[in-house]
Amino acid sequence: MKGRPGLYTSYAQDTAFLNTRPKRSWTGALVVFALLLPFAVTDDLLTLLATGFVAAIGAIGLNIVTGYAGQVSLGHAFFLAIGAYTGAALSGDPDGRVLGFGVTELPVWLLASGLVAGLAGLIVAPIAARLRGLYLAIVTLGLVFLGEHVFREWTSLTGGPGVGRPAAVPELFGVRLDRASAWFTGPQQLYLLMFVLLVIFGVLARNLVRSRIGRAFAAVRDRDLAAAVIGVDLTRYKALAFAVSSFYAGVAGSLLFVVNGFFDPGSFGLLLSVQYIAMVLIGGAGTISGAIMGALFITLLPRITRELPTVLPFISSDATGGISVFQVEAVLYGLLIVVFLIVEPRGLFGIWVRVRNYWRTWPFSY
Amino acid sequence: MSEFVQSMLRGLGSGSIYALLALGFVIIYKSTRVISFAQPAFMLAGAVLVSYLAAEIGFFAAVPVAAVLIAVLALGVERTVLRPMIGKPVFVVAIITIGVDVVVRVVTNSFIGLDVRQVGDPWGLSTVTLFGVDVQQRYLVMFVTTAVVVAVLFAFFRFSRIGLAMRAVAYDQEVALAQGISVGSVFALSWAIAGGLAALAGVFVATGAGVDQQLWVIALKALPAIILGGLDSLGGAVVGGLAVGVVESLVGTYQGDVAPWLGPNFALVAPYVLMLVVLLVRPYGLFGSKEVERV
Repeated sequence: MKGRPGLYTSYAQDTAFLNTRPKRSWTGALVVFALLLPFAVTDDLLTLLATGFVAAIGAIGLNIVTGYAGQVSLGHAFFLAIGAYTGAALSGDPDGRVLGFGVTELPVWLLASGLVAGLAGLIVAPIAARLRGLYLAIVTLGLVFLGEHVFREWTSLTGGPGVGRPAAVPELFGVRLDRASAWFTGPQQLYLLMFVLLVIFGVLARNLVRSRIGRAFAAVRDRDLAAAVIGVDLTRYKALAFAVSSFYAGVAGSLLFVVNGFFDPGSFGLLLSVQYIAMVLIGGAGTISGAIMGALFITLLPRITRELPTVLPFISSDATGGISVFQVEAVLYGLLIVVFLIVEPRGLFGIWVRVRNYWRTWPFSY
Repeated sequence: MSEFVQSMLRGLGSGSIYALLALGFVIIYKSTRVISFAQPAFMLAGAVLVSYLAAEIGFFAAVPVAAVLIAVLALGVERTVLRPMIGKPVFVVAIITIGVDVVVRVVTNSFIGLDVRQVGDPWGLSTVTLFGVDVQQRYLVMFVTTAVVVAVLFAFFRFSRIGLAMRAVAYDQEVALAQGISVGSVFALSWAIAGGLAALAGVFVATGAGVDQQLWVIALKALPAIILGGLDSLGGAVVGGLAVGVVESLVGTYQGDVAPWLGPNFALVAPYVLMLVVLLVRPYGLFGSKEVERV
């Protein structure tokens, strides 16, 4: 019987981070695969994957507040923006055109941007804790619009719309990670950096949600009034969920534009918030691995649609004649959200669970 | 003084557009408990449809035809996309409507192209003098039309059998089902009404300025309006819409002199500030019903 999938033989195993042997070995294999990937694929794909990993950190953050704690937030773009500007300002050139403090060491500005965004989350939380459901969704949406206005007007920080400012400088122990070094190219280093950060933040989040705090979040999500009756401090846990989620958003925000090296206030609109919501819902709300899958899916989608003109000749690759790739991309994006939520509400994670259960019970798969 | 009155009238005019949109949101919310984020797309589609129809059959015939066609479109969306989702978490359904919004808007945009389309309104930018104050005719038309539409809607809910059914469903879906009311057709009807209202609002937004790809952004102004009034209050939607219009217009007129440090476009986000302030005092809006909490 030993080694059967899903068979727990001790309490320690039941509560372990990776509780079965197949899970351990497959996770190990996946990590090794991801670490070896930079030596096998081209740099532009690595850049895309690195962006996907950063998006995954942000999506995990949104998932903590929306998927686990049940507090619908459409304001994720606002917290991403706060992180992005904190990171960029801290690591920016002190004598430059825009505000900068010249602290280029990555761990410093990364933590700082997380903390500043987390603080912003805490400030918003008291309003959020009073509201429920769709009221909350629209209020957080209001945050995005207010943020957009502030960032447009505060040109000494943001460089102004259409102009923008340089993103944070990824420098670790005196080595610029976005430039080629003796052994690696720039994209390879960034890919590895983002992957390591994703693993760190993913493991942290996974541990958070299976702790006492995570159980409190789940109780608030399932029925907040019942949670309050059994002694969960609603205001405290709702505020905590917002703070942690914003911390993740801040971290993701500061890294989001490192690959491009440049960003402007127009990047943090409603669309960005909706994209993150889509990542969480397409991946599977309330699961960490789902958030990662969703983020990679949404990030890689444009790349896939870019390939369409070679397969379907009636789609043109520029914006002038016929159906353009950009239109197909936008329509596909909307359709995917609709179809996914109707057909598989548990998202990509749900599909994975079904595949797994098929093989777990094989050959008695009925 | 006349500057103040002018600003008020402009605010009431654009506020009545927000009121029309907000009514759509609230009608859908009352019957299905979902906020339809597809309203901006229906609004844009309505305006585009009128810009094509007006050249053929004239503005005044085009508006009702477009409103009916968009109502049918909204009905179709409800039947195909929203109907399978009954009983699912409202948030998921709301996100689905965002997906619908994206699809409808992209398709509509391909009919707009890069230039501005005119809806062929007979007013343009011409003004009349009313009690010694210059006011654009289109703002008057917006206000009067909205007043008529709101009156008709309220009479419909108050006096007709279907209106009674809709109120029953809004009150309690299961009890309404038990009384023999077809909840499904009430859902469909509320989507259709909301679609028609959105199309009408879209036409009014486009009068004077024309239709471009960014027109839909106006519809998002109805969101602070419905939160302000309370998600499930029809009267609140009208009051909220007008309030948002007036606040936006007054802030636009005076903020440059009073508080220039807020930036030149602060009027556009002023409704959201107003919404946050009101919610701090009343978490369910001015007229929304407070949720009864039972364990």
